[in-house]
Amino acid sequence: MLQDKDYKLKVGLAEMLKGGVIMDVTNAEQAKIAEDAGAVAVMALERIPADIRAQGGVARMSDPKLIREIQEAVSIPVMAKCRIGHFAEAQVLEAIGVDFIDESEVLTPADEAHHIDKHKFKIPFVCGCRDIGEALRRIAEGAALLRTKGEAGTGNIVEAVRHMRAVQSEIRRITTLLDEELVAYAKQIGAPVELVRYVKENGRLPVPNFAAGGIATPADASLMMQLGAEAVFVGSGIFKSEDPPARAKAIVMATTHYMDFDLIARVSEGIKAPMKGIDIAQLKEEELLQTRGW
Amino acid sequence: MKIGILALQGDFELHSKALARLSVEVQLVRKPDQLTQCSGLIIPGGESTTFIRLLKAVSLYQAIRDFARERPVFGTCAGLIVLAKRVTNYPLETLGLIDISVERNAYGRQIDSFIDRVRIQLNGTSLETEGVFIRAPKIVELGPGVRPLGWHGEDVVMAEEGHILVATFHPELTEEAAIHRYFVEKARHSG
Repeated sequence: MLQDKDYKLKVGLAEMLKGGVIMDVTNAEQAKIAEDAGAVAVMALERIPADIRAQGGVARMSDPKLIREIQEAVSIPVMAKCRIGHFAEAQVLEAIGVDFIDESEVLTPADEAHHIDKHKFKIPFVCGCRDIGEALRRIAEGAALLRTKGEAGTGNIVEAVRHMRAVQSEIRRITTLLDEELVAYAKQIGAPVELVRYVKENGRLPVPNFAAGGIATPADASLMMQLGAEAVFVGSGIFKSEDPPARAKAIVMATTHYMDFDLIARVSEGIKAPMKGIDIAQLKEEELLQTRGW
Repeated sequence: MKIGILALQGDFELHSKALARLSVEVQLVRKPDQLTQCSGLIIPGGESTTFIRLLKAVSLYQAIRDFARERPVFGTCAGLIVLAKRVTNYPLETLGLIDISVERNAYGRQIDSFIDRVRIQLNGTSLETEGVFIRAPKIVELGPGVRPLGWHGEDVVMAEEGHILVATFHPELTEEAAIHRYFVEKARHSG
Protein backbone atom coordinates (compact mmCIF):
# COMPACT_ATOMS: atom_id res chain seq x y z
CA MET A 1 0.00 0.00 0.00
CA LEU A 2 2.80 2.43 0.88
CA GLN A 3 4.36 1.91 -2.59
CA ASP A 4 1.10 2.42 -4.48
CA LYS A 5 1.22 5.32 -7.00
CA ASP A 6 -1.95 7.06 -5.81
CA TYR A 7 -0.76 6.81 -2.22
CA LYS A 8 2.60 8.28 -3.20
CA LEU A 9 0.83 11.31 -4.73
CA LYS A 10 -1.24 11.74 -1.56
CA VAL A 11 1.73 11.59 0.81
CA GLY A 12 3.66 13.73 -1.70
CA LEU A 13 1.25 16.64 -1.20
CA ALA A 14 1.59 16.23 2.58
CA GLU A 15 5.39 16.46 2.13
CA MET A 16 4.98 19.79 0.29
CA LEU A 17 3.11 21.26 3.27
CA LYS A 18 5.93 20.54 5.74
CA GLY A 19 7.31 23.45 7.71
CA GLY A 20 4.17 25.41 6.95
CA VAL A 21 1.00 26.64 8.62
CA ILE A 22 -2.50 25.56 7.61
CA MET A 23 -5.12 28.03 8.75
CA ASP A 24 -8.86 27.64 9.41
CA VAL A 25 -10.87 30.19 7.45
CA THR A 26 -14.62 30.77 7.22
CA ASN A 27 -14.85 33.03 4.16
CA ALA A 28 -12.95 34.22 1.09
CA GLU A 29 -11.68 37.35 2.84
CA GLN A 30 -10.08 35.35 5.66
CA ALA A 31 -8.63 32.95 3.09
CA LYS A 32 -6.89 35.89 1.37
CA ILE A 33 -5.52 37.10 4.71
CA ALA A 34 -4.16 33.61 5.35
CA GLU A 35 -2.56 33.34 1.91
CA ASP A 36 -1.01 36.81 2.17
CA ALA A 37 0.39 35.89 5.60
CA GLY A 38 2.19 32.90 4.06
CA ALA A 39 -0.14 29.99 4.89
CA VAL A 40 0.67 26.83 2.90
CA ALA A 41 -3.01 25.84 2.80
CA VAL A 42 -6.36 26.83 4.23
CA MET A 43 -9.07 24.75 5.88
CA ALA A 44 -12.45 25.96 4.64
CA LEU A 45 -15.22 25.66 7.21
CA GLU A 46 -18.44 27.40 8.22
CA ARG A 47 -17.60 27.75 11.89
CA ILE A 48 -14.21 27.62 13.53
CA PRO A 49 -13.89 25.06 16.35
CA ALA A 50 -14.25 27.69 19.13
CA ASP A 51 -17.67 28.66 17.73
CA ILE A 52 -18.74 25.04 17.19
CA ARG A 53 -17.89 24.47 20.84
CA ALA A 54 -19.78 27.57 21.98
CA GLN A 55 -22.87 27.07 19.81
CA GLY A 56 -23.30 23.31 20.12
CA GLY A 57 -25.66 21.36 17.86
CA VAL A 58 -24.63 18.95 15.12
CA ALA A 59 -21.56 20.14 13.24
CA ARG A 60 -21.47 18.98 9.60
CA MET A 61 -19.53 19.40 6.37
CA SER A 62 -19.51 23.03 5.16
CA ASP A 63 -21.77 24.40 2.41
CA PRO A 64 -20.10 23.55 -0.95
CA LYS A 65 -20.75 27.14 -2.08
CA LEU A 66 -18.56 28.46 0.73
CA ILE A 67 -15.81 26.00 -0.15
CA ARG A 68 -15.94 26.98 -3.84
CA GLU A 69 -15.74 30.69 -2.96
CA ILE A 70 -12.63 30.01 -0.93
CA GLN A 71 -11.15 27.89 -3.75
CA GLU A 72 -11.66 30.80 -6.12
CA ALA A 73 -10.15 33.32 -3.72
CA VAL A 74 -6.78 31.62 -3.18
CA SER A 75 -4.15 29.70 -5.16
CA ILE A 76 -2.86 27.57 -2.26
CA PRO A 77 -4.39 24.15 -1.44
CA VAL A 78 -7.86 24.19 0.09
CA MET A 79 -8.82 21.56 2.65
CA ALA A 80 -12.25 20.82 4.07
CA LYS A 81 -13.63 18.70 6.90
CA CYS A 82 -16.07 15.82 6.83
CA ARG A 83 -17.56 13.97 9.79
CA ILE A 84 -15.84 10.82 11.05
CA GLY A 85 -17.24 7.88 9.07
CA HIS A 86 -19.36 10.08 6.77
CA PHE A 87 -18.01 8.83 3.46
CA ALA A 88 -20.79 10.54 1.49
CA GLU A 89 -19.63 13.95 2.75
CA ALA A 90 -16.13 12.95 1.68
CA GLN A 91 -17.45 11.96 -1.78
CA VAL A 92 -19.05 15.39 -2.09
CA LEU A 93 -15.82 17.11 -1.05
CA GLU A 94 -13.94 15.06 -3.63
CA ALA A 95 -16.47 16.13 -6.29
CA ILE A 96 -15.87 19.79 -5.35
CA GLY A 97 -12.15 19.13 -5.84
CA VAL A 98 -10.79 20.06 -2.42
CA ASP A 99 -7.06 19.24 -2.17
CA PHE A 100 -7.20 17.46 1.22
CA ILE A 101 -10.04 16.08 3.35
CA ASP A 102 -9.86 16.25 7.15
CA GLU A 103 -11.92 13.42 8.67
CA SER A 104 -12.33 15.45 11.79
CA GLU A 105 -13.42 14.98 15.39
CA VAL A 106 -14.30 18.68 15.41
CA LEU A 107 -17.47 17.75 13.50
CA THR A 108 -20.10 15.46 15.03
CA PRO A 109 -19.22 11.83 14.23
CA ALA A 110 -21.54 10.04 11.77
CA ASP A 111 -20.39 6.50 12.57
CA GLU A 112 -19.43 5.30 16.02
CA ALA A 113 -17.72 2.12 14.81
CA HIS A 114 -15.98 2.88 11.54
CA HIS A 115 -13.82 5.58 10.06
CA ILE A 116 -13.90 6.16 6.29
CA ASP A 117 -12.08 3.70 4.00
CA LYS A 118 -9.77 6.38 2.67
CA HIS A 119 -8.10 4.12 0.09
CA LYS A 120 -11.19 4.48 -2.09
CA PHE A 121 -10.52 8.18 -2.67
CA LYS A 122 -8.12 9.95 -5.00
CA ILE A 123 -8.00 12.95 -2.64
CA PRO A 124 -5.66 12.58 0.34
CA PHE A 125 -7.02 12.52 3.91
CA VAL A 126 -5.64 13.91 7.15
CA CYS A 127 -6.82 12.39 10.45
CA GLY A 128 -6.27 13.20 14.11
CA CYS A 129 -4.54 10.89 16.57
CA ARG A 130 -3.73 10.83 20.28
CA ASP A 131 -1.37 7.87 20.36
CA ILE A 132 0.57 5.50 18.12
CA GLY A 133 -2.24 2.93 17.85
CA GLU A 134 -4.70 5.52 16.61
CA ALA A 135 -2.04 6.91 14.24
CA LEU A 136 -1.31 3.53 12.64
CA ARG A 137 -5.01 2.59 12.41
CA ARG A 138 -5.69 5.78 10.44
CA ILE A 139 -2.75 5.04 8.14
CA ALA A 140 -4.06 1.49 7.65
CA GLU A 141 -7.36 3.06 6.52
CA GLY A 142 -5.45 5.19 4.00
CA ALA A 143 -4.72 8.51 5.74
CA ALA A 144 -1.81 10.28 4.00
CA LEU A 145 -1.20 12.74 6.82
CA LEU A 146 -1.71 12.71 10.58
CA ARG A 147 -2.12 15.50 13.09
CA THR A 148 -2.45 15.56 16.84
CA LYS A 149 -6.05 15.91 17.93
CA GLY A 150 -5.18 18.25 20.75
CA GLU A 151 -8.36 19.88 22.03
CA ALA A 152 -9.71 22.02 19.21
CA GLY A 153 -11.22 25.43 19.86
CA THR A 154 -9.65 25.87 23.30
CA GLY A 155 -6.53 27.88 22.45
CA ASN A 156 -4.87 25.58 24.99
CA ILE A 157 -1.81 23.68 23.81
CA VAL A 158 -1.70 21.10 26.62
CA GLU A 159 -3.54 18.29 24.82
CA ALA A 160 -1.60 18.69 21.57
CA VAL A 161 1.61 18.43 23.60
CA ARG A 162 0.32 15.29 25.31
CA HIS A 163 -0.61 13.68 21.98
CA MET A 164 2.63 14.59 20.19
CA ARG A 165 4.75 13.34 23.09
CA ALA A 166 2.74 10.10 23.26
CA VAL A 167 3.28 9.35 19.55
CA GLN A 168 6.97 10.32 19.54
CA SER A 169 7.78 8.35 22.66
CA GLU A 170 6.09 5.20 21.30
CA ILE A 171 7.98 5.57 17.99
CA ARG A 172 11.22 5.56 19.98
CA ARG A 173 10.03 2.56 21.96
CA ILE A 174 9.11 0.58 18.83
CA THR A 175 12.63 1.00 17.44
CA THR A 176 13.93 -0.94 20.48
CA LEU A 177 11.51 -3.88 20.12
CA LEU A 178 12.80 -7.26 19.00
CA ASP A 179 11.25 -8.75 15.86
CA GLU A 180 9.45 -11.42 17.90
CA GLU A 181 7.88 -8.73 20.07
CA LEU A 182 6.23 -6.90 17.18
CA VAL A 183 3.09 -9.04 16.89
CA ALA A 184 2.24 -8.83 20.58
CA TYR A 185 2.90 -5.10 20.50
CA ALA A 186 0.70 -4.65 17.42
CA LYS A 187 -2.07 -6.56 19.16
CA GLN A 188 -1.73 -4.43 22.27
CA ILE A 189 -2.01 -1.09 20.40
CA GLY A 190 -4.59 -2.41 17.92
CA ALA A 191 -2.65 -1.66 14.75
CA PRO A 192 -1.39 -3.75 11.79
CA VAL A 193 1.95 -5.43 12.42
CA GLU A 194 3.31 -4.36 8.99
CA LEU A 195 3.00 -0.72 9.99
CA VAL A 196 4.59 -1.38 13.39
CA ARG A 197 7.45 -3.05 11.49
CA TYR A 198 7.77 0.00 9.21
CA VAL A 199 8.15 2.24 12.28
CA LYS A 200 10.76 -0.11 13.79
CA GLU A 201 12.81 -0.16 10.59
CA ASN A 202 12.54 3.55 9.77
CA GLY A 203 12.25 5.17 13.18
CA ARG A 204 9.33 7.27 12.00
CA LEU A 205 5.74 7.08 10.76
CA PRO A 206 5.24 6.36 7.04
CA VAL A 207 3.40 9.70 6.65
CA PRO A 208 4.07 13.20 8.03
CA ASN A 209 2.65 14.15 11.43
CA PHE A 210 1.53 17.73 12.06
CA ALA A 211 0.36 19.55 15.19
CA ALA A 212 -3.23 20.70 15.70
CA GLY A 213 -5.71 21.50 18.43
CA GLY A 214 -4.90 24.49 20.64
CA ILE A 215 -2.12 26.43 18.90
CA ALA A 216 -2.61 30.14 19.61
CA THR A 217 0.82 31.84 19.71
CA PRO A 218 4.13 31.85 17.80
CA ALA A 219 5.75 30.14 20.80
CA ASP A 220 3.07 27.41 20.68
CA ALA A 221 4.07 26.72 17.07
CA SER A 222 7.76 26.57 18.00
CA LEU A 223 6.98 24.24 20.92
CA MET A 224 5.13 21.78 18.70
CA MET A 225 7.81 21.85 15.99
CA GLN A 226 10.48 21.18 18.60
CA LEU A 227 8.44 18.25 19.92
CA GLY A 228 8.53 16.69 16.45
CA ALA A 229 5.59 18.18 14.55
CA GLU A 230 6.44 18.72 10.87
CA ALA A 231 3.93 21.54 10.32
CA VAL A 232 1.15 23.27 12.21
CA PHE A 233 -2.61 23.61 11.86
CA VAL A 234 -4.05 26.74 13.47
CA GLY A 235 -7.80 26.65 13.89
CA SER A 236 -9.42 29.23 16.10
CA GLY A 237 -6.07 30.71 17.15
CA ILE A 238 -5.84 33.24 14.33
CA PHE A 239 -9.30 34.54 13.62
CA LYS A 240 -10.32 34.54 17.31
CA SER A 241 -7.36 36.78 18.15
CA GLU A 242 -7.42 40.59 18.18
CA ASP A 243 -5.19 41.11 15.12
CA PRO A 244 -5.50 38.09 12.78
CA PRO A 245 -3.16 39.26 9.94
CA ALA A 246 -0.33 40.11 12.35
CA ARG A 247 -0.76 36.89 14.33
CA ALA A 248 -0.97 34.79 11.16
CA LYS A 249 2.32 36.22 9.86
CA ALA A 250 4.01 35.77 13.25
CA ILE A 251 2.95 32.11 13.51
CA VAL A 252 4.20 31.44 9.95
CA MET A 253 7.60 32.93 10.84
CA ALA A 254 7.80 31.04 14.14
CA THR A 255 6.98 27.72 12.44
CA THR A 256 9.75 28.12 9.84
CA HIS A 257 12.33 29.49 12.27
CA TYR A 258 11.22 27.44 15.26
CA MET A 259 14.72 27.31 16.76
CA ASP A 260 15.46 31.04 16.30
CA PHE A 261 14.24 32.48 19.57
CA ASP A 262 15.39 36.06 18.92
CA LEU A 263 13.28 36.04 15.80
CA ILE A 264 10.28 34.50 17.60
CA ALA A 265 10.59 37.19 20.29
CA ARG A 266 10.64 39.86 17.59
CA VAL A 267 7.61 38.57 15.66
CA SER A 268 5.66 38.06 18.91
CA GLU A 269 5.95 41.76 19.81
CA GLY A 270 2.84 43.90 19.62
CA ILE A 271 0.55 41.43 17.87
CA LYS A 272 -2.24 42.19 20.39
CA ALA A 273 -4.09 39.56 22.41
CA PRO A 274 -4.38 35.89 21.45
CA MET A 275 -7.73 34.13 21.74
CA LYS A 276 -8.88 33.92 25.36
CA GLY A 277 -8.76 30.15 25.61
CA ILE A 278 -10.24 27.53 27.90
CA ASP A 279 -8.77 25.53 30.76
CA ILE A 280 -9.27 21.88 29.72
CA ALA A 281 -10.03 20.95 33.35
CA GLN A 282 -13.12 23.17 33.14
CA LEU A 283 -14.55 21.08 30.29
CA LYS A 284 -16.93 18.23 31.06
CA GLU A 285 -16.03 14.79 29.71
CA GLU A 286 -18.80 15.02 27.09
CA GLU A 287 -17.49 18.39 25.91
CA LEU A 288 -14.14 16.93 24.85
CA LEU A 289 -13.71 16.58 21.08
CA GLN A 290 -10.57 14.43 21.22
CA THR A 291 -12.44 11.37 22.49
CA ARG A 292 -14.40 11.18 19.21
CA GLY A 293 -12.98 8.50 16.90
CA TRP A 294 -11.04 5.42 17.96
CA MET B 1 31.74 20.52 -1.12
CA LYS B 2 28.41 21.45 0.41
CA ILE B 3 25.07 21.90 -1.32
CA GLY B 4 22.55 24.21 0.33
CA ILE B 5 18.86 23.36 0.47
CA LEU B 6 16.42 26.16 1.11
CA ALA B 7 14.64 24.94 4.27
CA LEU B 8 12.01 27.62 4.85
CA GLN B 9 9.18 25.26 3.98
CA GLY B 10 8.37 22.27 1.77
CA ASP B 11 9.98 18.90 1.01
CA PHE B 12 13.57 19.97 1.77
CA GLU B 13 14.18 16.78 3.77
CA LEU B 14 13.55 14.65 0.68
CA HIS B 15 16.17 16.63 -1.28
CA SER B 16 18.47 16.20 1.69
CA LYS B 17 17.99 12.40 1.51
CA ALA B 18 18.56 12.40 -2.25
CA LEU B 19 21.90 14.19 -1.73
CA ALA B 20 22.81 11.88 1.17
CA ARG B 21 22.41 8.92 -1.22
CA LEU B 22 25.09 10.60 -3.36
CA SER B 23 27.27 11.17 -0.27
CA VAL B 24 27.05 14.94 -0.67
CA GLU B 25 27.17 17.17 2.39
CA VAL B 26 24.06 19.29 2.94
CA GLN B 27 23.54 22.70 4.50
CA LEU B 28 19.94 23.60 5.32
CA VAL B 29 19.49 27.28 4.50
CA ARG B 30 17.17 29.47 6.55
CA LYS B 31 19.33 32.62 6.71
CA PRO B 32 21.56 34.46 4.21
CA ASP B 33 24.85 33.69 6.03
CA GLN B 34 24.21 29.96 5.61
CA LEU B 35 24.63 30.39 1.85
CA THR B 36 28.26 31.45 1.98
CA GLN B 37 29.79 27.95 2.19
CA CYS B 38 27.49 26.38 -0.39
CA SER B 39 28.60 25.46 -3.91
CA GLY B 40 25.00 25.21 -5.08
CA LEU B 41 21.47 25.70 -3.80
CA ILE B 42 18.29 23.63 -4.18
CA ILE B 43 14.89 25.29 -3.85
CA PRO B 44 12.49 22.43 -3.03
CA GLY B 45 8.81 21.78 -3.63
CA GLY B 46 6.33 23.52 -1.35
CA GLU B 47 4.12 26.59 -1.73
CA SER B 48 5.62 29.33 -3.91
CA THR B 49 3.55 32.13 -2.31
CA THR B 50 4.84 31.06 1.11
CA PHE B 51 8.43 30.86 -0.18
CA ILE B 52 8.41 34.40 -1.58
CA ARG B 53 7.00 35.84 1.63
CA LEU B 54 9.52 34.00 3.79
CA LEU B 55 12.45 34.83 1.47
CA LYS B 56 11.71 38.52 1.79
CA ALA B 57 11.20 38.38 5.55
CA VAL B 58 14.78 37.20 6.22
CA SER B 59 16.61 39.00 3.38
CA LEU B 60 17.19 35.76 1.47
CA TYR B 61 15.47 37.18 -1.60
CA GLN B 62 18.40 39.35 -2.69
CA ALA B 63 20.97 36.97 -1.19
CA ILE B 64 19.87 34.15 -3.52
CA ARG B 65 19.90 36.48 -6.55
CA ASP B 66 23.48 37.40 -5.71
CA PHE B 67 24.39 33.75 -5.05
CA ALA B 68 22.99 32.67 -8.44
CA ARG B 69 25.35 34.96 -10.35
CA GLU B 70 28.27 32.72 -9.39
CA ARG B 71 26.82 29.39 -8.39
CA PRO B 72 24.11 27.01 -9.62
CA VAL B 73 20.57 26.86 -8.29
CA PHE B 74 18.11 23.98 -8.88
CA GLY B 75 14.37 24.43 -8.34
CA THR B 76 11.71 21.70 -8.35
CA CYS B 77 7.98 22.51 -8.72
CA ALA B 78 7.46 25.52 -6.40
CA GLY B 79 11.23 26.05 -6.60
CA LEU B 80 10.90 26.37 -10.38
CA ILE B 81 8.15 28.98 -9.95
CA VAL B 82 10.31 30.98 -7.53
CA LEU B 83 13.19 30.98 -10.07
CA ALA B 84 11.09 31.83 -13.15
CA LYS B 85 11.05 35.27 -14.82
CA ARG B 86 7.30 35.29 -15.36
CA VAL B 87 4.22 33.68 -13.78
CA THR B 88 1.31 33.99 -16.21
CA ASN B 89 -1.69 33.41 -13.94
CA TYR B 90 -0.77 34.86 -10.54
CA PRO B 91 0.94 38.07 -9.39
CA LEU B 92 4.12 36.80 -7.75
CA GLU B 93 7.43 38.63 -7.27
CA THR B 94 9.67 35.77 -8.35
CA LEU B 95 13.49 35.83 -8.33
CA GLY B 96 13.49 36.02 -12.14
CA LEU B 97 16.66 33.99 -12.63
CA ILE B 98 15.61 31.85 -15.60
CA ASP B 99 13.95 33.16 -18.75
CA ILE B 100 10.77 31.08 -18.72
CA SER B 101 7.07 31.80 -18.35
CA VAL B 102 5.28 29.53 -15.93
CA GLU B 103 1.64 28.73 -15.30
CA ARG B 104 0.97 27.82 -11.66
CA ASN B 105 -1.19 24.76 -10.87
CA ALA B 106 -1.44 24.29 -14.63
CA TYR B 107 -2.87 20.76 -14.50
CA GLY B 108 -5.47 21.67 -11.85
CA ARG B 109 -5.95 20.76 -8.20
CA GLN B 110 -4.71 17.74 -6.25
CA ILE B 111 -7.26 15.45 -7.95
CA ASP B 112 -5.37 16.15 -11.21
CA SER B 113 -1.93 15.32 -9.75
CA PHE B 114 -0.32 12.34 -11.50
CA ILE B 115 2.72 10.12 -11.97
CA ASP B 116 3.89 9.41 -15.51
CA ARG B 117 7.03 8.64 -17.50
CA VAL B 118 9.20 11.61 -18.47
CA ARG B 119 12.10 11.67 -20.92
CA ILE B 120 15.31 13.33 -19.75
CA GLN B 121 18.38 14.27 -21.77
CA LEU B 122 21.50 14.82 -19.68
CA ASN B 123 25.06 15.12 -21.04
CA GLY B 124 24.03 13.56 -24.33
CA THR B 125 22.35 10.49 -22.80
CA SER B 126 18.64 9.96 -22.89
CA LEU B 127 16.77 8.27 -20.06
CA GLU B 128 13.18 7.60 -19.03
CA THR B 129 12.19 8.19 -15.44
CA GLU B 130 9.15 8.52 -13.21
CA GLY B 131 7.83 12.08 -13.06
CA VAL B 132 5.77 12.92 -9.99
CA PHE B 133 3.57 15.94 -10.75
CA ILE B 134 1.80 17.39 -7.68
CA ARG B 135 -0.37 20.46 -8.34
CA ALA B 136 2.43 21.06 -10.81
CA PRO B 137 3.23 24.16 -12.87
CA LYS B 138 3.83 24.16 -16.63
CA ILE B 139 6.60 25.92 -18.51
CA VAL B 140 4.56 27.72 -21.16
CA GLU B 141 7.36 29.71 -22.79
CA LEU B 142 11.14 29.32 -23.00
CA GLY B 143 13.46 32.26 -23.70
CA PRO B 144 16.07 31.92 -26.47
CA GLY B 145 18.87 31.08 -24.00
CA VAL B 146 16.96 28.29 -22.24
CA ARG B 147 17.81 24.70 -23.06
CA PRO B 148 15.06 22.06 -22.64
CA LEU B 149 16.30 18.91 -20.85
CA GLY B 150 13.13 16.97 -20.07
CA TRP B 151 9.78 16.26 -21.68
CA HIS B 152 6.39 14.83 -20.74
CA GLY B 153 4.78 14.25 -24.10
CA GLU B 154 5.26 17.56 -25.91
CA ASP B 155 5.61 19.61 -22.72
CA VAL B 156 9.03 20.73 -21.53
CA VAL B 157 9.22 19.71 -17.85
CA MET B 158 12.92 20.31 -17.19
CA ALA B 159 15.18 23.09 -18.47
CA GLU B 160 18.42 24.93 -17.89
CA GLU B 161 19.84 28.39 -18.51
CA GLY B 162 23.42 28.98 -17.40
CA HIS B 163 23.61 28.25 -13.67
CA ILE B 164 19.90 27.69 -13.25
CA LEU B 165 18.25 24.25 -13.50
CA VAL B 166 14.50 23.71 -13.08
CA ALA B 167 11.98 20.84 -13.12
CA THR B 168 8.20 21.00 -12.88
CA PHE B 169 8.13 17.54 -11.25
CA HIS B 170 9.74 16.06 -8.12
CA PRO B 171 12.85 13.89 -8.70
CA GLU B 172 13.29 13.98 -4.90
CA LEU B 173 10.14 11.85 -4.54
CA THR B 174 11.67 9.00 -6.54
CA GLU B 175 14.84 6.91 -6.28
CA GLU B 176 16.16 8.30 -9.59
CA ALA B 177 19.55 9.83 -8.79
CA ALA B 178 20.57 11.05 -12.28
CA ILE B 179 19.05 14.52 -11.97
CA HIS B 180 20.51 15.27 -8.54
CA ARG B 181 23.84 13.87 -9.72
CA TYR B 182 23.74 16.21 -12.74
CA PHE B 183 23.15 19.20 -10.45
CA VAL B 184 25.88 18.16 -8.01
CA GLU B 185 28.35 18.00 -10.94
CA LYS B 186 27.22 21.45 -12.05
CA ALA B 187 27.93 22.75 -8.54
CA ARG B 188 31.28 20.97 -8.37
CA HIS B 189 32.43 22.67 -11.57
CA SER B 190 31.16 26.12 -10.68
CA GLY B 191 33.96 27.00 -8.39
